[in-house]
Amino acid sequence: MGRGHNDHPPDSTPGGILIGDGSLGAAGSSTKSPCARVAPGVAVNPVSNGDDCLVRIRGLSFSHGSRVIFDRVDLDIPRGAVTAVMGPSGTGKTTLLKLISGQLRPDAGSIEVDGEPVQALGRAALYQLRRRMGMLFQSGALLTDLNVFDNVAYPLREHTDLKPAILRKLVLLKLEAVGLRGARDLMPSELSGGMARRVALARAIALDPMMILYDEPFTGQDPISMGVLVTLIRQLNDASRMTSIVVSHDVRETASIADFIYIIAGGRVMAQGTPAMIAAERSAWVRQFMDGLADGPVHFHYPAPALAADLLTRGLG
Amino acid sequence: MGRRARALADGLLNPLARLGQRGLKALAGLGRASLLLVGILAGSAQLLRRPRLLLAQVYNVGVLSVLIVAVSGFFVGMVLGLQGFYVLSQFGAKESLGVMVAASLVRELGPVVTALLVAGRAGSALTAEIGLMKATEQLSGLEMMAVDPVHRILTPRFYGGLISMPLLAALFSAVGVLGGYFVGVGLLGVDDGAFFGQMQAKIDFREDLVNGVIKSLVFGLVVAWISLFQGYDATPTSEGVSRATTRAVVHSALAVLAIDFVLTALMFGN
Amino acid sequence: MAKQHTIEVWVGAFMAVGFIALFFLAMQVSNLSANAAADGYRVSARFTNAGSLKARAPVSMAGVRVGRVEEVRLDKNTYEAVVVMRIDKGVDSIPTDTFANIFTAGLLGEQYVGLQPGGSQDYLRDGDEITQTQSALILEQLIGQFLFKKAEEGGK
Repeated sequence: MGRGHNDHPPDSTPGGILIGDGSLGAAGSSTKSPCARVAPGVAVNPVSNGDDCLVRIRGLSFSHGSRVIFDRVDLDIPRGAVTAVMGPSGTGKTTLLKLISGQLRPDAGSIEVDGEPVQALGRAALYQLRRRMGMLFQSGALLTDLNVFDNVAYPLREHTDLKPAILRKLVLLKLEAVGLRGARDLMPSELSGGMARRVALARAIALDPMMILYDEPFTGQDPISMGVLVTLIRQLNDASRMTSIVVSHDVRETASIADFIYIIAGGRVMAQGTPAMIAAERSAWVRQFMDGLADGPVHFHYPAPALAADLLTRGLG
Repeated sequence: MGRRARALADGLLNPLARLGQRGLKALAGLGRASLLLVGILAGSAQLLRRPRLLLAQVYNVGVLSVLIVAVSGFFVGMVLGLQGFYVLSQFGAKESLGVMVAASLVRELGPVVTALLVAGRAGSALTAEIGLMKATEQLSGLEMMAVDPVHRILTPRFYGGLISMPLLAALFSAVGVLGGYFVGVGLLGVDDGAFFGQMQAKIDFREDLVNGVIKSLVFGLVVAWISLFQGYDATPTSEGVSRATTRAVVHSALAVLAIDFVLTALMFGN
Repeated sequence: MAKQHTIEVWVGAFMAVGFIALFFLAMQVSNLSANAAADGYRVSARFTNAGSLKARAPVSMAGVRVGRVEEVRLDKNTYEAVVVMRIDKGVDSIPTDTFANIFTAGLLGEQYVGLQPGGSQDYLRDGDEITQTQSALILEQLIGQFLFKKAEEGGK
């Protein structure tokens, strides 16, 4: 992946806000906000009163029943860059996307998207904000009773009054961008998983959003469609100066396109930094996660009494 | 000693606590269902601007249920004709067969059996459809496109059920009367004129027919509401959806029968 | 588009069938058609006791239905029951001295008004009143009278 853009050395322009580090002591050098660091190289949206952060999360807490998913998390998503959020399964990566898009409300803390406090927005304002966001769901979430063309046209028909001829051109351009212009008449059931995700991507960018949220875009893809998606995410981000948030646990693919990486686990941010910084990270936990080691700080065995004691116990259970 | 007493107290209190828990859960569900109904109704105005959505749902609920409703109606009418004939002829009143068949159909069996059939045929399909849309993130996807899934997906299905139910019930009753006529007049030799004449003399337009239509409207509301709620509230997994589908049919059937009792008491109990 | 069109046709057919069924129930099964024939003329009669006669009960002459009871109400001054009947338009030759009875169809059946024509040359017209009436037979009264009579006979 030869990409020179947005890749600033870790020590350039400090001045981000200090973020509480993980309990396992993620290195101190990576605890600065990424916005100031990444953004200067990227076009800054003039309406955003010079704020380089598109998403600013402060003190976010969220629990599902009695299970704490986020515990006072601070996170910044820089404008115009690809930010990856990685972590083991079940750490609430998808929940984070739902919180950013306002599908869930946090228990405490604030989530600002382009200066608007998502957690406090009313329905109408939230829907207004969502028109400027796209989200790519794991399953694609295409409407099963509409064909590819109508699926991509859906948000346009819903939110604009375009003439059919213009609408058709727009939809075909979006489909062309994901390489599926020829598949416009297929039904979602006739698409492979990777194609369904690309159609969903075309639909997500139909309204030219300022930000796209990718929920596990690489899960369950064969190497070819994985490569296609990786390239697409990077291309779309750079071509239209969008902001991308990629949630994933596919370490290699994600690291190859991200400008900035957050690793979250156990409700907190374990490590953050550019891919190079994460690669240089010495913390045992981060190493285990990034290198996919079977045993380490996260044990192979689910907590249990000693094997010998367990085998010698008489009776059932 | 103390331990045994505590165990005893637990044994007595635990079922009570579980009962309380269940009650609270049921109340919470009812609350969610009511909120959903408010949301569905709030989408009504939007539906008027998109009549095609409604059309498709009248097709799904109404047209696709016509065959099963008509066939069931004909058989129920024939059974009523057969049973009624033997009972009535014991009292020398077989001329009243038409009244008996029509009254049973128009007042009770038409609305109730149609509601049960629709709950099984279309209600379960609605639940499965909504549940699957939830499981495959289609509902979340709509929400992310700034489209309200309740207004767009649930409201047309709700009105589709509401509109189809009385028409299906009328079809059931009409075909049922013909079935009774076929058995009573055609096979058992009841007088043709007496069959329809007595029927017309005794079945009242307002008291019987209008009340029957009101009943089936209420059933349409209840079946559509329960089915949609179960789908919308389902755990978004294949197991959750299948359980929700079963629950939708069971709850719909129970609700229809219970509400039928209340409505009958109000309508025909003077 | 073709699919949409098919759906439209099917839904249209479904609505048509549904409304035809409703229409059939209304006209053939229920008494709407009978009620709708509201033409004809009204005649009233006074009874000392109307028994359980109800609105919409048949009015018959020689066993043929010629009209329906429209309402049964109480005259507050005379404490009599006033029965208003609507007689079919075609039956326009009922003599003014016709006799009105309240009969019961069968032992336990419903009550109806039976008309026995008199010999007058003048016919009843709209708003007229039948003066010769006989009240309903009340089963309990008949049985009571019968028992009373038997008891009297036995006492002698």
